[in-house]
Amino acid sequence: MKRATFKGGIHLDGHKELTSNLPTVVAPVPDRVYIPLSQHIGAPCVPLVVAGDEVKKGQKIGMAKAFVSAPIHASVSGKVIGIEVMEHPGGSFVPCIIIENDHQETWAETVQPAADPAALTPEELCAILLEAGIVGQGGATFPTHVKYAPVEGKKIDTVILNGVECEPYLTADHRLMLERAERIVAGLGYMLRSISCTQGVIAIEENKMDAVAVMKKAVAGQPNLRVVVLKDKYPQGSEKQLIYACTGKELPVGELPLSVGVIVNNVGTAAAFADAVELGIPLIERYVTVSGPGICHPANYLVRIGTLFSELIKASGGCCGEVEKIIAGGPMMGNTVFSDELPVVKGTSGIVLLHKEPHRAQKEYPCVRCAKCIDACPAFLEPTSLARLAKRSAWEEAEKSDVMSCIECSSCVYACPAQIPLIQYIRRAKQAILAAKAR
Amino acid sequence: MIPQKDLIVVTSAPHLHSPDNVPTAMRDVLIALTPALLAALYFFRLPALLVILVCVISAYAAEIVCLKIMKRESPTRESSAIITGLLLAFCLPPSLPLWMAVLGTLFAIVVAKHLFGGLGQNIFNPALIGRAFLLASFPVAMTNWTNPLDGLTTASPLGIMKEAGGEVLPPLGEIFLGSVSGSIGETSALALLLGGAYLLYRRQIDWRIPGTFLGTVFLLTAVIGGIKGEGLWYPVYHLCAGGLLLGAFFMATDWVTSPVTKLGRILFGIGCGLLVVLIRTKGGYPEGVAYSILLMNVVTPLLDRYTKARVFGRVKSHA
Repeated sequence: MKRATFKGGIHLDGHKELTSNLPTVVAPVPDRVYIPLSQHIGAPCVPLVVAGDEVKKGQKIGMAKAFVSAPIHASVSGKVIGIEVMEHPGGSFVPCIIIENDHQETWAETVQPAADPAALTPEELCAILLEAGIVGQGGATFPTHVKYAPVEGKKIDTVILNGVECEPYLTADHRLMLERAERIVAGLGYMLRSISCTQGVIAIEENKMDAVAVMKKAVAGQPNLRVVVLKDKYPQGSEKQLIYACTGKELPVGELPLSVGVIVNNVGTAAAFADAVELGIPLIERYVTVSGPGICHPANYLVRIGTLFSELIKASGGCCGEVEKIIAGGPMMGNTVFSDELPVVKGTSGIVLLHKEPHRAQKEYPCVRCAKCIDACPAFLEPTSLARLAKRSAWEEAEKSDVMSCIECSSCVYACPAQIPLIQYIRRAKQAILAAKAR
Repeated sequence: MIPQKDLIVVTSAPHLHSPDNVPTAMRDVLIALTPALLAALYFFRLPALLVILVCVISAYAAEIVCLKIMKRESPTRESSAIITGLLLAFCLPPSLPLWMAVLGTLFAIVVAKHLFGGLGQNIFNPALIGRAFLLASFPVAMTNWTNPLDGLTTASPLGIMKEAGGEVLPPLGEIFLGSVSGSIGETSALALLLGGAYLLYRRQIDWRIPGTFLGTVFLLTAVIGGIKGEGLWYPVYHLCAGGLLLGAFFMATDWVTSPVTKLGRILFGIGCGLLVVLIRTKGGYPEGVAYSILLMNVVTPLLDRYTKARVFGRVKSHA
């Protein structure tokens, strides 16, 4: 059977077998957690606590007034011992609230299950999304309540749950679908209700047929929900490519998914929504895969937000061989970080430790016009032409060539036999164009 | 927990890269050329070996000197120059005086490649420019064919077809295996098909160029053969004889000088095919593969410009 997919892209060695069959383990709850004030796209939070305050598990400890933002919550009970600037998996340095864990696991009074989830209005559901600090868990960390805020004149007809997980090594979403299928389906139900939408789609790559079977079982009897099996290809989980594969609709350049009547959320986001509605628990823990050749015992963990990478690496038996890169997220789009002394945040789907790539030369060769980057580009751009324009700072020409349509999936760089850092040139062009617009 | 913190590298994504790079691509081309090389040595013996050696060595030397003088660096200098030398030797007659082979190679590397800017910058396929230069300068030596079976001078199969001057065409089986007169590396259709299949399997070349190139020649010659009252052997003969397979799989597919867009490659292949049939049936030469590809090299930038793909999302707004 021919699977739905998008045009372009690349075939990657997934290395998923390292962790795909390992049931998720609850990671050791650390003695201290470090909760960054910014774990989302949008305005950073303002702390609601100061050093010395006692906090309870699930208590809101930071929030912002801005619409595009998400509050943060204590993931353990204990005492705030300070706010310090720390390295953030997103690649920046962010103030973090440090909580000394009293290991009492005392829940905050605010953590209350909804009396009658079936009676909640769309507005109430949206308020829960906001209060629970739920953001996109696939890595983009866009505040979910913003997506579900009603927009005048726009009707959403389909919510797509992204269970594609096309990044190599990562299996957190895969395990989540196997272990918490009912939670995901329940969360999808609340999502649909909060925008009075009917169609729900759960999209899964064909390399996870066990998850497909489990999810199909979980949606049985609900004819408005369906599971779509997609081809195993990178970047299948990218929003635009996913919408195209599931609905056949091509998102116009510069438009948001709602312009084609679609909202896309990660499966983990749906599960977190269900927990927030039915149990009242805000987003304080998530599934994280710790894997890669640099890890002794790769594993999937259920991790409290604010747990240091080093704790998880320790729980996995430590490093193995000469580790060259520590990646927050997957190896195609994740960030490398400077150390392992930084916390897991809401968008941390995985920690991947890589060795040096043996076949990788340091030099950039001249472009030999092989067009492998063009064949790989899921946005149908010509990465090599864009890089050439960026090299001579021809920003206007680059913009005319649709450089802003680049989704930065890095398929072109993977494919390039000349080892040209195409994506770096393209990012430079995009930044220059945005900077010129801002002036 | 990280034992060697000083060794941690921080770079922007991606952190994975395909194991295929320019040197491995060059290696694949050399592997793909090996069957034709063995066939050439088997059929044409010492003269072929000498021409090949002279071309490869002088290409390598010219490359080193050019890189030095022009202060260029190229991590692939060895293999890319060796391929150019080998391909040029493949489209020369085995009886060619060696000094001419040297001259052609120098013209290919120095003029066609390095004066245009080096690896990745040349407009024309360097090996074909070398051949065109020699054909224009030494037309007699360049069309002096020897029969590999008896070592006697003879006309090439395409020459016989063109002139219809009494000589008997070698049977199709011989054309397929390669025991006929012709350029060093072009006579064995079997060896070239093996090499082409390997390049396609390794995804180093796009099927669109050889596919449309050979398809166009086949269709047109089938029609011409039909008009002449010949059978199916006629288009098959056209496919296997002369330099068509060598050109379609190894020269027209040259990354640098062929279009980068899919539609551009289809048009490029069709254009090459049209020109080959035109030259072979109506032109002054019995063979036209080299000139066809060179002429299509000229329009490659134009094809690239007018066949750009529609960017994803450049659709009418749904709103």
